[in-house]
Amino acid sequence: MALLEVRDLSVKFDTPDGTVTAVDGISFDLNAGETLGVVGESGSGKSQTVFAMMGLLAQNGNATGSVKLDGQEILNLPLTQLNKIRAEKIAMIFQDPMTCLNPYLKVSDQMAEVLTHHHGLSKSDAVKRSVDLLDAVRIPEAKKRINMYPHEFSGGMRQRVMIAMSLLCKPDVLIADEPTTALDVTVQAQIMDLMSDLQKEFNMAIVLITHDLGVVAGSCKETLVMYGGQQMEYGTTEGLFEMPTHPYTMGLLKAVPRLDVESAKLATIPGSPPNMMNMPKGCPFAPRCDFADATCFERRPTLDGVAGRKVRRRACLKSLEELA
Amino acid sequence: MNDQSKIAAPLLSVRDLKVWFGIKPDGAMPWTPNDTLKAVDGVDFDLMPGETLGIVGESGCGKSTLARAIMRMVPAEAGTVMWLGDDLLTLSKREMNVHRKEMQMIFQDPLASLNPRMTIGQIVAEPLKTHFPDLSGSEVKARVREVLDRVGILPNMINRYPHEFSGGQCQRIGIARALVVKPKMIICDEPVSALDVSIQAQVINLLMELQEEMGLSLIFIAHDLSVVKHISTRVMVLYLGNVMEISESDQLYRAPGHPYTEALISAVPIPDPKAEASKEVMILDADLPSPLSPPSGCVFRTRCPHAKEICAQEKPLLTDRGNGQQVACHLR
Repeated sequence: MALLEVRDLSVKFDTPDGTVTAVDGISFDLNAGETLGVVGESGSGKSQTVFAMMGLLAQNGNATGSVKLDGQEILNLPLTQLNKIRAEKIAMIFQDPMTCLNPYLKVSDQMAEVLTHHHGLSKSDAVKRSVDLLDAVRIPEAKKRINMYPHEFSGGMRQRVMIAMSLLCKPDVLIADEPTTALDVTVQAQIMDLMSDLQKEFNMAIVLITHDLGVVAGSCKETLVMYGGQQMEYGTTEGLFEMPTHPYTMGLLKAVPRLDVESAKLATIPGSPPNMMNMPKGCPFAPRCDFADATCFERRPTLDGVAGRKVRRRACLKSLEELA
Repeated sequence: MNDQSKIAAPLLSVRDLKVWFGIKPDGAMPWTPNDTLKAVDGVDFDLMPGETLGIVGESGCGKSTLARAIMRMVPAEAGTVMWLGDDLLTLSKREMNVHRKEMQMIFQDPLASLNPRMTIGQIVAEPLKTHFPDLSGSEVKARVREVLDRVGILPNMINRYPHEFSGGQCQRIGIARALVVKPKMIICDEPVSALDVSIQAQVINLLMELQEEMGLSLIFIAHDLSVVKHISTRVMVLYLGNVMEISESDQLYRAPGHPYTEALISAVPIPDPKAEASKEVMILDADLPSPLSPPSGCVFRTRCPHAKEICAQEKPLLTDRGNGQQVACHLR
């Protein structure tokens, strides 16, 4: 049994203009110590998927399906029970560390609060433990800097504070929602390096949400590609990058300029992502797909296995021969 | 194209450009003197006709300030910006306006750079009306339609407002607005960083096609090195307002001359798990030093793995390596 089992997770929002399906039937497994990459463009439902898992959906959001953590169903738990699981078993870090840390509170107060709340530690013990964690995320002079306010840290340092805070209760699963998007490449390299060290140390499972295919290639064992709220393809990162079997994954990989390869012209995916209010009836990618025919616009593909590949699954009506 | 551009005279020639800002120190009294923040500290470069110069560097290195100083959107402290024989920094406002139609800008946030209360037709027509007041209404209309058509915006969308467009489309409208006056140079300040990968490729291709068609010179500012490498003829690497290296784009990535360039390149993740696994990442420790009190000597020395004594004492000059590669480093 996997540590985290997500089955047929869907998220719908009731809006004045009707129901919007942001996430549509996502399933995946994640084992301890492994990293799953979730890739997709903005609006593809990556963040809403994990918000639903953490019980962080907006008021008008509605999640269905099943999310099992260590065999326990955690989707749509009442808040009191959720609060016990959050931080202890599953924690999250966000894209913009400045908006996620409280600007009015010193870092020491914000970090200690987690421990006094969850472990019932005294304030001074909690601060001591927090300093240890800040050391672990390689913040220099942690003892001194813990008494500073978030604005006194640089972007990279703030992200370290947030990572330290999420690790205070040693969660089994860490969800990282675009943790390095707001950072420079040099700082991104520092943070990714730090996260992989911490993962080994704590034997955590990580769900890494990103739009950067390079980041996925460097740190994820398996990768899930999302488009229009649906799963397009799933597989080992190595296999997926070497031989993508879905037209969207193929297009995405070709559209990224690469430092190590010369290319005269970038391949593009024509058109723009679908409007969630008005999703195509068939495959969400059909209007932009080079291979689409009339059936693609009519019938929605199911996520099926690929012959000869153990973990690979793809949602496409076209056979592999037709795509070649 | 490269060989020709080397013989031709540069379109834009920037020498020793300095942009300083006065910053009030913490708890300053009205009479306390300001601290000086040297956002751009002595930058030299040439831009050839038809060339794309990429500018890369971490946030806060002065990329945008440099662009703004060239356009005279922020005042420069010292230096010269020679544009077709005129020093832009010494021109009067009226004289500068004559040149403004020859140089245009494209901005990072596509939606924020378009006035929400104007239709896109009005937005694209505005630079024409400002710089060519003699054009008749029908001529303006024709030009606007032509340029919008070129960037891939349908004619029936001309009366819509910016919020009705997606990010990629807004960026196309921004490009149309820059193109409509037929400029010689466009400064693109992070034009694709707010866009998704699939849309980013569309906009980059469009810019490259337009450059070819119209013989434009581009200054392309971005923090994404892969994008800069793809689009640029030459690349300039900035760090804390100082030029670390200028070199041909291929050369820069194949054989970086400066340790900072090396670190930047090694930090870029490559979308290929095998290449990524075998790659050595040079992790810079510590953060960017405060630009209010930059390190003495070479500004990069506090994070440089090779720093020696001389690096703290003397500021290295940008010197030519003979192959068109200019590097500011004592040790290389």
